[in-house]
Amino acid sequence: MLSWVIPLVFAMLCLAMLMNLWSLHTRSGLPDRVLALDTLYINSSALIILFGLWKATELYFEAALLIALLGFVSTVAVCKYMLRGDIIE
Amino acid sequence: MPFWFELIVSLLLLGGGTFILLGSLGLVRMPDFYTRMHAPTKATTLGMWGLLIGALLLSSWNSGVLSMNQLLIAVFLLLTTPVSTHMLAKSALHHRLEWEENTQGQEHAKRFMDDH
Repeated sequence: MLSWVIPLVFAMLCLAMLMNLWSLHTRSGLPDRVLALDTLYINSSALIILFGLWKATELYFEAALLIALLGFVSTVAVCKYMLRGDIIE
Repeated sequence: MPFWFELIVSLLLLGGGTFILLGSLGLVRMPDFYTRMHAPTKATTLGMWGLLIGALLLSSWNSGVLSMNQLLIAVFLLLTTPVSTHMLAKSALHHRLEWEENTQGQEHAKRFMDDH
């Protein structure tokens, strides 16, 4: 059963990431684009976890954690820049 | 691997994928920024929890010991998503983005805009 469930979830995640890319491309305004990028970060970390599951290895876990962390830090940094015009005052 | 275990993991993975897909659909379909912000944060966090718990069960079964690695990402997401959403909402109010006419609580947002 897992042999077809995992590719199906791969397809769902790829479709979700395509929607995020479309939203990133078409929306105007900085907060909208940052929101789309944040979602893209989380979805790509989900995709990497699923790839590790598919290959039955723990190697990709650190990569997924790192991407989730970078997504949070970059979102907060850009928001801080949008709010104050500066990241560290 | 017994059938019932494979069924549980498959249901968790499918549910997670469905919720992530719904979150991205909401990002495309919602009318203004303040409603658009809900879908990819709440639905995607739930979807990530489903996916990560499925991954945790499967990798624990494969390795023979209980592995808590995936739970680390899940708890990290649960803690950080509200923070980044709060910052995004504040910056959207700071940029004075438009909202739908029938939005409730507009006076609070206007008061925030006057203060900043």
